[in-house]
Amino acid sequence: MTVSARMRVLAAMSGGVDSAVAAARAVAAGHDVTGVHLALARDPASHRTGARGCCTKEDARDARRAADVLGIPFYVWDLAERFHDDVIDDFVAEYAAGRTPNPCLRCNEKIKFTAVLDRALALGFDAVVTGHHARLSVADGVPTLRRSVDEAKDQSYVLAVLTREQLAHSMFPLGDSTKTQVRAEAAARGLAVAEKPDSHDICFIADGDTAGFLRRELGSRPGSVVDSVTGDVLGEHDGAYAYTVGQRRGLRLGRPAADGRPRYVLDIQPVSGTVTVGPAEALDADLVDAGRPVWTDGVARDGELRCAVQVRAHGGRVPAVVTATPDGVVARLETPVRGVAAGQALVLYDGDRVLGSATITATRPVPAAGPLAEVTA
Amino acid sequence: MTYLDHAATTPMLPEAVEAFTAALGEVGNPSSLHASGRRARRVVEEARERIAAALGARPSEIVFTAGGTEADNLAIKGLFWARRGADPRRTRILAGAAEHHAVLDAAHWLAVHERAEVTLLDVDAVGRVRPETLAAALADQADQAALVTVMWANNEVGTVQPIAELAAVAAEHGVPFHTDAVQAVGQLPVDFAASGVDALTVTGHKLGGPLGVGALLLGRDLRLTPLLHGGGQERDVRSGTLDAPGIVAFAVAVEAAVKSRSERTAALAELRDDLIRRVVELVPDAVLNGDPVDRLPGNAHFSFPGCEGDALLMLLDARGIECSTGSACSAGVAQPSHVLLAMGADEERARGSLRFSLGHTSTAADVDELIGALGPVVERARRAGEGWRS
Ligand SMILES: Cc1ncc(COP(=O)(O)O)c(C=O)c1O
Repeated sequence: MTVSARMRVLAAMSGGVDSAVAAARAVAAGHDVTGVHLALARDPASHRTGARGCCTKEDARDARRAADVLGIPFYVWDLAERFHDDVIDDFVAEYAAGRTPNPCLRCNEKIKFTAVLDRALALGFDAVVTGHHARLSVADGVPTLRRSVDEAKDQSYVLAVLTREQLAHSMFPLGDSTKTQVRAEAAARGLAVAEKPDSHDICFIADGDTAGFLRRELGSRPGSVVDSVTGDVLGEHDGAYAYTVGQRRGLRLGRPAADGRPRYVLDIQPVSGTVTVGPAEALDADLVDAGRPVWTDGVARDGELRCAVQVRAHGGRVPAVVTATPDGVVARLETPVRGVAAGQALVLYDGDRVLGSATITATRPVPAAGPLAEVTA
Repeated sequence: MTYLDHAATTPMLPEAVEAFTAALGEVGNPSSLHASGRRARRVVEEARERIAAALGARPSEIVFTAGGTEADNLAIKGLFWARRGADPRRTRILAGAAEHHAVLDAAHWLAVHERAEVTLLDVDAVGRVRPETLAAALADQADQAALVTVMWANNEVGTVQPIAELAAVAAEHGVPFHTDAVQAVGQLPVDFAASGVDALTVTGHKLGGPLGVGALLLGRDLRLTPLLHGGGQERDVRSGTLDAPGIVAFAVAVEAAVKSRSERTAALAELRDDLIRRVVELVPDAVLNGDPVDRLPGNAHFSFPGCEGDALLMLLDARGIECSTGSACSAGVAQPSHVLLAMGADEERARGSLRFSLGHTSTAADVDELIGALGPVVERARRAGEGWRS
């Protein structure tokens, strides 16, 4: 690293091992690093329970301790109100509308790389560094975002919502390492969080009971569970938000299907509360509509492109032909994907490189015949 | 490094360091009956006498504690329990609205767990509790009052309270009066007997003594329920083996701070006035909070419109200048100061505040450093704005 490349960077430190090592690497690279812990909970619990997220006082202490070990200044930024409005309220409203939101993605979009990044830039920082597992390089202000070398830990999916400007002021120093390497490095650097368990639950739902959380937020909203084939009412429920498209477990249907095969949630109608269930193959989506496209390099595509798409945070990629317009994209999947949920992101990849993303609005089976253009019209 | 946070803690005086380190090498539990114990006891008792003499108290009125927070808790909870025990109608605590959290949270805890009723005494626009406010509150509540507590000087905005007048009002109604004088001792003339207060909190680390040692000065006729039970070392009001080295160093610091007070604080106030004048010159819309005249000699507390206090703090910190937003933290999250809110400031003014506090090691160069850095810092913080939270 040359002296001229020394930057003032703000390291977002959750209290976990990834962000601690990311900050450590920024320090080792010669940057002038300041740590901040984002206080996101209005009333933070004092201890972690289970695999909770990143909002307890204990996490704040862990982050501070890591910053002390690295010898960098450390502050806490209170973003609880904003997190509540932009992430939690959005999460609840999306479920109420029958969609399946990804709060981590929303948090990246609205909190870490908008509220925090904007403030950091205004305060004179050049970039924000986080412990996300993805590879990012920026040349002449144009970012290239790639999947992590650790496929299992890759987080490029939840970063693909970021704009060119946001990525141009970001640093993800962990993308070239596996999680195992990150933990080993934390231990070698004397960071006490080296063995801290990963967080994978939704950080603001402490007990991991999403349906219970939504029931408290939204109250009882009874509706019917209907068989897609026969149209029969199979049962009642007290809130369609307890279901997600593709769900199989916990449907609590009295009667088995006529053919004896398992049934899955196919569709959720938020207004009537009707949850439609049916056979697995009815979940297969060939065409995925998605709106609000974001192009990683800032160049809006128009027309057709071949790429691979990913439709949920921990799903695989499938080859697709994507037709892009300024308002949205339609992806025609080469092989159908099961359980694509509205509200999730459709992320486009060229190999391991992120091209961009859009928010899934609907899925359709491929029409028997006719060119794609007619479908999109 | 430019240290402008003496109100948080101030460097130990060299003579206190010397007394402290010398005492650390000595063995002896002051409660032990043998020669080593007696030696330790003697050192502690001499310290008690020196503190009493410096603060206008009797040696028997000094109860050593592990600092200001413990002394405040002991006064508030101990007086509440003792007074209510003697007369169950006495459940009311009257406290200044701008008290330190060691006082306010203790009162709040009693409200939640012991069904105490808390009357917060309004402060005026500079943070002062007016004697007529206390008189009015006591006029119809005196027989329910367990105690009154108003700090001698405010740790955030520096305003000095009319303590003798307030204590006289409480005395008129026969209600014990406690004052947190943590910021006052060594900065203002503090005479326990002459002030008329019944209980007074002092701590070592704000006046050049060590951290973690302090005292509650407690009138001899006042009964108080202990918080810490055990050996009963301090008048049966406070248990725990006495921290002889800390107490000795504390006494040395109190004595030195009181002795040097008038000369030192005259120079300090001059330096502080220079700081205030130059800050306002540099940032004309900066608002000085607290009483412009009747304030702690080392305190300069401002609101910078359009800025967040924590942004200013961080930017100054990056330039080696250390100060404070003056407000308490919960999980490190800066809350808008309850002191400024009590003074009638809106949330924006409360969030945009910063405290510079000078002390015995401060120099004109410190003020120069601050003035040299402040202009661009305020400009930058202003650009970062205050609306980023919502
Ligand atoms: C007014 C006031 N009271 C009480 C305290 C607490 O004292 P200590 O730090 O010794 O517990 C402080 C210091 O933070 C203070 O400023």
